[in-house]
Amino acid sequence: MAAVEQIGGRAAAPRAPFWTVTRLRVAAVLVIFALWEVAGASGLFYRGVIPSSALVAKAFAGLLGSADFWFHAGVTGFEVLVAFAIGGLAGAAFGLLLGVNRYTGAVLEPFLHYLAPTPKIVFLPILLILFGVGVGSKISLGAISCFFPMALSVAAGVRQVNPVFLRVSRTFNLTRAQTVRMVYVPALVPPLASGLRIGLGVAIVGCLMSEIKLSRMGLGFSAMEYYRVFDIPSMLAVLIFIFLCAALGNMAIDRFVRLPGPQDRVRRAR
Amino acid sequence: MASATLTSLRKPPAIVTRFGALALFLLGWEAASRAGWISAFIVPPPSEIYNSFEMLFVQEGLVDAFLRTFGEAFAAAGLGSVIGIAVGYLLHRSKLAGLAYTDWVAAMASAPLVLLYPLFLVVFGRNSATIVAMGVVGCLPPIILKTKEGLDGVKPVLLNVGRTYGLTPWRQFRMIQFPAALPTIFNGVRIGLLFAIINVVGVEYLIVFGGLGQMISDLGDRFEIAAMFGGIVFVILVSVCFFFITEKIETWLLSSK
Repeated sequence: MAAVEQIGGRAAAPRAPFWTVTRLRVAAVLVIFALWEVAGASGLFYRGVIPSSALVAKAFAGLLGSADFWFHAGVTGFEVLVAFAIGGLAGAAFGLLLGVNRYTGAVLEPFLHYLAPTPKIVFLPILLILFGVGVGSKISLGAISCFFPMALSVAAGVRQVNPVFLRVSRTFNLTRAQTVRMVYVPALVPPLASGLRIGLGVAIVGCLMSEIKLSRMGLGFSAMEYYRVFDIPSMLAVLIFIFLCAALGNMAIDRFVRLPGPQDRVRRAR
Repeated sequence: MASATLTSLRKPPAIVTRFGALALFLLGWEAASRAGWISAFIVPPPSEIYNSFEMLFVQEGLVDAFLRTFGEAFAAAGLGSVIGIAVGYLLHRSKLAGLAYTDWVAAMASAPLVLLYPLFLVVFGRNSATIVAMGVVGCLPPIILKTKEGLDGVKPVLLNVGRTYGLTPWRQFRMIQFPAALPTIFNGVRIGLLFAIINVVGVEYLIVFGGLGQMISDLGDRFEIAAMFGGIVFVILVSVCFFFITEKIETWLLSSK
């Protein structure tokens, strides 16, 4: 180990920050917990608005043991995954088209930019009429939400490809497929990651918000039912579960985009 | 230059094609809706949507709703920018804090924070404060992340030049780091605006309170579908205004350097 430290210096470097980083994170969690408890006990808020973390933990444990909760979680999970798949694939394909063909991009991308910040929830009344109050309207809203960040990220990513690489690919007479595989795809990994991240987030929000507005099942419906009967600990427990799932989704995306891509092979070849 | 001229000879300017495509789309929509290929009840023809504007202005108080939504989203984005850029700078400045907390902010960016609105509702009451607070919550993560990304990405050679001139940390930030990171920071502010608008209108729609969100919810409930489409067009207008304003600010900031 000492030899490694002497040779590289870099191999040992992450070890020291790791423990400090962990300590910082633990400290932040403790501070947040303390602030939460103080706020709850201070009497500044209405009684029950900020329940003690022990009550929330108890409600969380209760939820995990309830078959009803897992049914709602399953419904929302299905909606989000299908919405993410449809919106993500369509967005990536459209973004690629806009990025690769500059003229099409110049013509159509402003529409995308102007539609992207539109709160998709306003389309819900139309989707409800088209697909009914079931999962169809939730999936379609989630997919529409996911489409825009994905398309914009991929289009921007394609345009940021180093023109020198493209000229080199022309010099080597690469086919279009080869250019996409060897130049565009490696350059697209970071924008794809950010597009997927934002896309997953807005797909979750789209599905859950439409559940809140009008639904008979799903976690959004479940959280609102707890809110209506002022069971704030259970409502918070549902929200914490949703946040944990979103965080797990993000970690999965990070793992996916950190897979060794062609750019790593190039680096190793050098 | 020659190839650009050739391209412009072959194809009309993008803006002409863009508005041509838009006109064609609207005409096709009008025809499909009138011919009954798509249900005129679910998707009314554009002419009917256009005619509903008078009702929106006169009966539904569209101008007030528009100003209210615009004001709330702008206030949220302004407040979010001040907090977000400061936090992003701190995460950049302290490498340890950056390592410890950046992933958390990224997780926040995709967490459905808008669902916390019932809590804010009880704390702030059913008023604009709740809506602005939800807007701020929505726009913070992208602004923080992009500020840090921008500052992290400043070329070392620029920083070395600053050091050579013996700049103080504040002048190093003001004269080198901030200008170099500005395009990325503004990109974050733009995404933040997008999130703020989405949250503001979303919460307005969900709690049926406030500007355009409430108006669209009311119209939808009353099955005034054409007027509801009109409301959606105005929401798009709010977004366009935001993009226009931030674009102007960005150009001004970059040109004044």
